This record gives sequence, C-alpha cells and structure tokens, in this order.
Amino acid sequence: MNVETIAYILGGLTIGSALMVILNTHPIRSILYLILTFFMISANYVLMNAQFLAIVNIIVYAGAIMVLFLFVLMMLNLSKDNEPRSTIMMKAAAVIAGGSLLTVFVASLKKAIVSKSIAINLNNNQGMVEVLGKELFSTYILPFEISSVLFIAAIVGAVVLAKREKNIL
Amino acid sequence: MVLASIFESLSIQYYIVLSTILFVIGVIGVLIRKNAIILLMCIELMLNAVNLMLVAFSSYFGKADGQLFVFFIMVVAAAEATVGLSILVLIYRNTRSIDLGIFNKLKG
Repeated sequence: MNVETIAYILGGLTIGSALMVILNTHPIRSILYLILTFFMISANYVLMNAQFLAIVNIIVYAGAIMVLFLFVLMMLNLSKDNEPRSTIMMKAAAVIAGGSLLTVFVASLKKAIVSKSIAINLNNNQGMVEVLGKELFSTYILPFEISSVLFIAAIVGAVVLAKREKNIL
Repeated sequence: MVLASIFESLSIQYYIVLSTILFVIGVIGVLIRKNAIILLMCIELMLNAVNLMLVAFSSYFGKADGQLFVFFIMVVAAAEATVGLSILVLIYRNTRSIDLGIFNKLKG
C-alpha cells in the first residue's frame, strides 16, 4: 500500500466523521465524532511532516477543548428529546448554500498553484519542534506575547461570566 | 523521524479540496443545527479545516511559517471556546434552553 492510498483513505475517513458530526442528532455522539475528526486531521498532519503540530492538535483540541465541550454538555443535562430542530426548508437551503460555496471554492482554488513543490529536494524537517521553536521565539515573538494577553482576557472573561449573579436579566 | 515529502506522489490540490470540503461541512452544520453547542463545534471544525490547508501549504513550500499560524489559530480557538461556552452556560441558567431561537430575545 503506497502513501497515496493511505492519504485517500484518511481523507475519506476525515470527511465521513465530519459529516457524522453534523448529521447526528445526539449531541454527545456529535462531540465524540468531532474528537475522531480531530484525530484524523492529526494523522493528516503526520502525513505532511508536521509531527509536532499533530501532537499539539491532539493535546489542545481533543484533550482540552473537546473535554470542555463534553463537560458543559453533560452539565447542561440535554437529551435527544429537547434537541431543537430546524425545518426541512431550512436544511435544504443550507445544503444548497454550502454546495454553492464548495463549488466556488474548488473552482477558484483548483488551479491556484502552478509552481512545483520545492520541499521535495529539501531536507524536510520544518515540522520538528526545534525549527518551529526557533522561528516562534525570533520572528513571531511579538504575536506570541500578544496571544498571552488574549488568554488572560479570555480567563478573566470566563470567570466574570460564570460567576453567579442574582439580579441578571 | 522525518518522512519523505508526501507531495512527491500527491498534488496540493488534494489537500485544497479536502480542507474546502471540511470547511463547507462546518458551514452547513452552522446553518442546519439549532443547538448552540453544536454551532460552536462547527466553528471549531471550520478552524481546523483552515489549519489543515495552512499545514498543507507550509509542507508544500518547505517553510515553517504556516505551521506557526496554526499555533495562533489554536490560541484564538481555545479563547473563543472558553468565552463562548461560559456565555452558553449563562444563557442556559436563565432560560433552561440552548436553542438558538432564544437569541431572538436580544432584539429587546
């Protein structure tokens, strides 16, 4: 089995599990399929020589963000019965709109790259933590520090919002 | 371990189409679901589709910049999920529902 076949199978599995996320009516199953999608995307990263990013993707998305989603969903105590439904008209309109968006994107991006990949002859190790770390702490040091400010703002915002107040609304 | 580049045998168009399909699945999910948590999850799916395309181009051109952008997107996604979910919990506390139709009340 060559690497091309593996890539096609992985792509099919990624799209399949992403479809299950939006088609499943049970919210918890939907979240579990989203975690599966993230694992599939990580496998795609490994295939593209981005090993460090694959691990970070699993740790941050499947490990932290999705656990947060699952925790909130279980705390809210929802079930299939009180799942809000949209009308069939709405669904048809959404699928038509999404299909048109897909057509436009694929048609415009299909022939976007004319130059051949220059990474083939290179020693392809730009996905390693050493290269990424050097780049992150030299060229991108300012955005890195600003993102920490964003995180502080998010933490403060979450604490302020989640604090119970009696006379709200 | 460093593998040989996948783009020796596969064109970049494959990853363009794959990440576009993932993005569109996220868009359709936002449009057809009325559950606010699923909506946030579909936004995560769209962000991941963009990440996939950034990594594909980064690997294709042999530069690390695209992968660093993915880091910053992850930071923004984590912050967005935290604040979004706490807003959701607050809405659920007041209305006992996470139906997106509830947000009509914001019109006053």
